[in-house]
Amino acid sequence: MSEKAKSIASKKISGQDERLQKVSKLKLLLNRPELGALGGAILVFIFFGIVAGDTGMFSAYGTLNFLDVSANLGIIAIAAAMLMIGGEFDLSIGSMIGFAGICIAIPAIYWGWPLWISIVFAFAMAVLVGYFNGVLVVRTGLPSFIVTLAMLFILRGATLAITRLITGRTQVPGLRVLIENDPIAWMFATDTFKWLFTWLGSMNLIALRTDGTPLATGIPPSVIWFIAATLFATWILMKTRYGNWIFASGGDKNGATNVGVPVGRVKISLFIGTAVAATIFATIQVLDAGSADTMRGNLKELEAIAAAVVGGCLLTGGYGSAIGAAFGALIFGTVSMGIFYTDVDTDWFKVFLGAMMLIAVVFNNYVRRRVTESK
Amino acid sequence: MKENLIEFNNISKFFGKVIALKDVTMKLKKGEIMCLLGDNGAGKSTLIKTLAGVYKPDEGEILIEGKKTIFDSPKDALDMGIGTVYQDLALVSLMSITRNFFMGREPIKGIPFLKTFDIEKANKIAAERMGQIGIDVRDPSQAVGTMSGGERQCLAISRAIYFGAKVLVLDEPTSALGVHQASMVLKYVVKAASEGLAVILITHNVHHAYPVGNSFTVLNRGRSLGTFKKEDISREELLGMMAGGEELDKLEVELKEMNRLNS
Repeated sequence: MSEKAKSIASKKISGQDERLQKVSKLKLLLNRPELGALGGAILVFIFFGIVAGDTGMFSAYGTLNFLDVSANLGIIAIAAAMLMIGGEFDLSIGSMIGFAGICIAIPAIYWGWPLWISIVFAFAMAVLVGYFNGVLVVRTGLPSFIVTLAMLFILRGATLAITRLITGRTQVPGLRVLIENDPIAWMFATDTFKWLFTWLGSMNLIALRTDGTPLATGIPPSVIWFIAATLFATWILMKTRYGNWIFASGGDKNGATNVGVPVGRVKISLFIGTAVAATIFATIQVLDAGSADTMRGNLKELEAIAAAVVGGCLLTGGYGSAIGAAFGALIFGTVSMGIFYTDVDTDWFKVFLGAMMLIAVVFNNYVRRRVTESK
Repeated sequence: MKENLIEFNNISKFFGKVIALKDVTMKLKKGEIMCLLGDNGAGKSTLIKTLAGVYKPDEGEILIEGKKTIFDSPKDALDMGIGTVYQDLALVSLMSITRNFFMGREPIKGIPFLKTFDIEKANKIAAERMGQIGIDVRDPSQAVGTMSGGERQCLAISRAIYFGAKVLVLDEPTSALGVHQASMVLKYVVKAASEGLAVILITHNVHHAYPVGNSFTVLNRGRSLGTFKKEDISREELLGMMAGGEELDKLEVELKEMNRLNS
């Protein structure tokens, strides 16, 4: 074309565009989906630092406590966020948690399977459920909201019916003794960095029990899984081809199909992702409690979606981040535990939860408009 | 005489009893812009989808560089060098220019099983390509939603060319655009043709088509009214030939009648 065009082109090739520097770091940050959740998390920490700073909430034991709650929610929130970016919902996450729990407990306790085979079995069932959800949504073109709502009832009902049929009860206890010497259960049941806590205890830096062992014994497995899941999901979304397909599938299904993105396969794999995340959640909780309960995970799907939304995911798909969802989960976990350390009645927790979501949605809506309309 | 890059010979397409296309013939050479004109329901969409490999024609044959070809899928058509830019452009406004440019065809690097999307390379190519069109991209990682309609259209066309289109099929590229934006897109289309592409420009706007087209095919109710070279036909004759022509004449008469009665 013209000389002007060529000069613009050559500037682009050289990599640096002089106009880029005019955009401040702050403005770039303002355009990130996780900004709201990051700001919210900081506010929450400042708030509890002021009202509950001297109550033990931020002691080693207290911190691990709210981190554990946040991490459990975070594991499913990240998977839910990825699915939401891909343009779909999964309302069956909570029921899948209950179902996965009994998929571990019943074979291990009643059928005499080794614990690790039961765990593998639960993950295999998760892949099947996720695949079924995904195929149903992709093939029928029905809204995933409806399909997975049906699955919410089916899975919860099946969990209850099967458990009662086989065991005559709604709880399956007795798993704790099986954890020892199991080849894979430790991945879901072992506290890490114990030496650090023992050392901190011996230096009298953290609280001790009467027998001299530290009150906080180590980093719970949920936190390790949570951090790993955040890093893995972020890497996928930002750095891989598959990540670009997730954004494309959620942003414009037809457009993505027209340029050759395998939208169906992407969505099915994301549904498998949420079911597998629910099973990780279930395995950690079941091994921690030593028992499976048919009602475990009830309403967790809504909390996961709420954390993803607070984390910047748009309900319409195509936009969001795993780090945002992680911060969303951290906010929920911190508040749900922190409220015990304040004078506020814990009954108010859900009020806070709802208000937080509303603020987040309004803020995210504003961010999206900035991203798409600023010129 | 140069060989035809693409030939459509007597293409027909039926949906049950409905005749969507009947005996449509088109021939295109390299560097040629052919405008496909027709009113709503004339069969433009069906023809585009046949070109893009979405539909298989029920009668007739498609020749590409003289060879008879059957497209089994849209991907087949893409591989044969038919780049179709649909009206919705297949752009995601929340995604960056780079991520849109390479959507579905991302360059990758790294070791097997840990292959990553080569964003630096993609950014460089996207910025380079947009620069060649003369589009002022501040930053290839900015969202497509921040671009104007004309710029988006150019991005979609540029993407089709980058990924090997020899024949560009453009579906109503100017219909949603203002005069300035439309002329920007049309300029780019002319430039693309001058670099050796064949362009099929589908539109119902004769005023946009006439300045850039080398030849014009008019569709009416699924049939071709013929292909005309630019030197053989005037803008008004073309307008008259589209179904809208008669209607507009009728409208003019009716309006005059109304004015006469009112005064």
